[in-house]
Amino acid sequence: MSNEALIQPGVISHEVHEHHDEHHHHETFISKYVFSQDHKMIAKQFLITGMIWAIIGGLMSVLFRIQLGYPDATLPWLEDIFGHWAKDGKITPEFYYALGTMHGTILVFFVLTAGLSGTFANLLIPFQVGARDMASPFLNMLSYWFFVLASIVMMSSLFVQTGPAAGGWTVYPPLSALGDASQGSKIGMDLWLTSMALFVVSQLLGGLNYVSTILNMRTKGMTMTRLPLTMWAIFFTAVLGLLSFPVLFSGFILLLFDRHLGTSFYLSDIVLAGKILPNEGGSPILYQHLFWFLGHPEVYIIILPTMGLVSEVMSINARKPIFGYMAMIASLFAIAVLSFLVWAHHMFVTGLNPFLGSVFVLLTLLIAVPSAIKVFNWLTTLWRGNIRFTPGMMFSIGFVSTFISGGLTGIYLGNSSLDLHVHDTYFVIAHFHIVMGVSAFMGMFAGIYHWFPKMYGRYMNNTLGYIHFWITLACAYIIFWPMHYEGFAGMPRRYYDYSNWESFKMFVELNRVISFAAILSFLVQLLFLFNFFYSLFKGRKVTTKNPWGANTLEWTTPIRPGHGNWPGEIPEVHRWAYDYGKDGRDFIPQTEPVSKDESTH
Amino acid sequence: MTLTEYFIVIIVVLIFIVVFQIAKASEYVSVLKGEKKAFEQNNRINAFLMLVFLVVGLAAAWWCNKILYNKTLMGIPSASDHGVNIDTMMWITLGITGVVFVITQVLLFWFAYRYQSSENRKVFYYPHNNKLELLWTAVPAIALTVLVAFGLYYWFKITGDAPKNAMEVEVTGHQFGWEYRYPGKDNVLGRQSYKLVDPSKNNPLGQDWNDAANHDDLHPSELHLVKDKPVRLVIRSQDVIHDVGLPHFRLKMDAVPGTPTTMWFTPKVTTAEMKKITGNENFVYEIACDQMCGVGHYSMKGTIVVETQEEFDKWIAAQKPQFLTAHPDGVAPAAQSPASIIGAANAEMHAEGH
Repeated sequence: MSNEALIQPGVISHEVHEHHDEHHHHETFISKYVFSQDHKMIAKQFLITGMIWAIIGGLMSVLFRIQLGYPDATLPWLEDIFGHWAKDGKITPEFYYALGTMHGTILVFFVLTAGLSGTFANLLIPFQVGARDMASPFLNMLSYWFFVLASIVMMSSLFVQTGPAAGGWTVYPPLSALGDASQGSKIGMDLWLTSMALFVVSQLLGGLNYVSTILNMRTKGMTMTRLPLTMWAIFFTAVLGLLSFPVLFSGFILLLFDRHLGTSFYLSDIVLAGKILPNEGGSPILYQHLFWFLGHPEVYIIILPTMGLVSEVMSINARKPIFGYMAMIASLFAIAVLSFLVWAHHMFVTGLNPFLGSVFVLLTLLIAVPSAIKVFNWLTTLWRGNIRFTPGMMFSIGFVSTFISGGLTGIYLGNSSLDLHVHDTYFVIAHFHIVMGVSAFMGMFAGIYHWFPKMYGRYMNNTLGYIHFWITLACAYIIFWPMHYEGFAGMPRRYYDYSNWESFKMFVELNRVISFAAILSFLVQLLFLFNFFYSLFKGRKVTTKNPWGANTLEWTTPIRPGHGNWPGEIPEVHRWAYDYGKDGRDFIPQTEPVSKDESTH
Repeated sequence: MTLTEYFIVIIVVLIFIVVFQIAKASEYVSVLKGEKKAFEQNNRINAFLMLVFLVVGLAAAWWCNKILYNKTLMGIPSASDHGVNIDTMMWITLGITGVVFVITQVLLFWFAYRYQSSENRKVFYYPHNNKLELLWTAVPAIALTVLVAFGLYYWFKITGDAPKNAMEVEVTGHQFGWEYRYPGKDNVLGRQSYKLVDPSKNNPLGQDWNDAANHDDLHPSELHLVKDKPVRLVIRSQDVIHDVGLPHFRLKMDAVPGTPTTMWFTPKVTTAEMKKITGNENFVYEIACDQMCGVGHYSMKGTIVVETQEEFDKWIAAQKPQFLTAHPDGVAPAAQSPASIIGAANAEMHAEGH
């Protein structure tokens, strides 16, 4: 794709035709930018859709942080914008819960699953395994458009009279099953479930493509153990998604049945608003099992791709091979397997059989071992390197820092006896926001800054990148570090107002500081977006094929590759992706044959 | 919008523009200076900032601890025996994770600073080292085994059977409040069914009045517990999932409709004693709902009073059985089998069109 064409949509670049004679179909605006089957364009579509969702989801957090930081303030402009949802300039409890629920749903699924995997799996798989496109470009396109459909349905739920889903992003029944239990459990909940069902379809179509492309379409010489770690990470992510999303889907379908067909999968013994409901024999805990069977792998669906991105960016910018490549793959594998065996650690206080609970404690803490291996390997990769602080590299370092901070608190929550104290408190919020929110975003930013030149043939502005990084990292810690203390005070999450609680009302000033930092970090993300879209048109142009001095195959393609990626033959691979600093050479691309006098490792 | 709000928006926009202009200018400057020189300069600055971040960050963490520690429960003894174990566990975990945290963060930012790009350094080609990798597989595994062992030891103690002398209290959650039922003199909680729930007939908990065990059951508005006497809570929910959250006792248990759950513990500190310990005259043990249950979730509060046996005896003697509230004449309705009552309730429901 050429950059000029992007500036003037509709103008078909001649380059495209020059570069690859094997694709002589005529491209129109629609086939190129809308219903595109080119993996690079689909990646960009996922990225930009994800960015739009990130702004909406982030803005929601700003709004509920205003309520938490300034519970007594009246802000008339809120009423101007949101009408009865912010009556008298105060966010109503209904609105607060809807905001929290949608913030979680949007960030977890639409941004950090679709936006992240959709972008980097699509962009990097064909590039890094050496393929002209995905195994099925058509399914790939469908995957994106199912995501758009899901997005439209979810977006529409924001505008219905009774508001969107409001029972928390986990939508536990009976709250989510009974319209009388909450305003958000009326039509908003149906739209939520419909949207998520479409979303699961999108994920499955994408995942099938990712797995089959990585397994079947590697170029000559690209054995599995020569794949960059990004590929391994995305591969395991896709497998996780394929195995767990269908379970979530079934859970949602049963919930829809309970809502509309009078079934009792999740309902039993309920008296609601003075009415005795006829449902008997169901269990709300069944839903939690089905939900967390996806829900836990889901957090690894979010973090594994970023682990891959960070490993790659870190190795390139430390000018040093990633330490323990095989151990990195093994630990990714271990995490992927274990992630299926730990789901009930979200359910220690549901009345779960204590023996069953103990098994989940053991398996949960076991997952800390491969995570620790990865951290030590990243640290050793930096050791005695020659570090270039590109924005991508800095976000990689930020990723490791936040991954450590958020990962360690998982050890508290995974240990059932401690979970009794800190379960569903701010400690949990701090834990998962640092480890799968901030950390995953850091990894995603590392990827965006690093591969932006490949996507658009231009660089992003470095200075803005540095400002973005430092303020984001500082704000992340200012926001989430003190929340651990609120958790140690037993302060429950998902409360609209704490002022009536003798036990929790002492954090007023702290909540204000946190809200302030949250708003600041949101503004800095806008700066990043501005940098992104400005650089897309006006950024410094990339003048060499391989600006970072990287080994992987995507940097052997033209600066602005057309559909098909390589103008001629797809290059052959002769070595792994991490020969940096070997035998006194800065880097040795994967395409270079191994010479006789080269040292072995 | 008020004037101040417009002002804030304008300032934010101006800051944006200034930052952007500086960033753009810095790019031109770097082109003028030469890419290489600009890169070296940026690299030095960012490497230095890595070090600054480490030092300032650790200092800030220390300061944060100083100002927040006393607002948490960490400095306040647990009000239950289980909580004491959980606190011990917490300190062990804090110790281990604290050491790992400091070491890894220091290494991360120190390496970043120390190994910043330099023309004179040749990178060390170091793709793997099996011994080292084995070491840092084994060490975390051992540390985690210790944590799992402690954790499960306490877990089984906490979730094990309640002592025989434990008193039993039923706690029922509904949108948005808690109800308590004491078994009365016979020490037996009478039969109940959700189908009998009818607050208009003074039967908010669905007690079956045909069960004589119900006739002395009490339904006070607060939960009173006795210091040093184990208590076993039978936890129910009438509508959605709630959670009996007891921060001062370090315990939690969900209230699940259709599936009663239990939790037992021994209170160690009376409310009066806790007022002295915390120096807070208004101190009160609160039950916080810890499971999102709807729009009033944040206001779903209960109160626990922990007192001495004498105080408790006096309090409980003053409570009136719910049976007498529902039947002021003290006579149960004509005896019906529970099945027929439930059948009747069903019929009523169907009549209402559900």
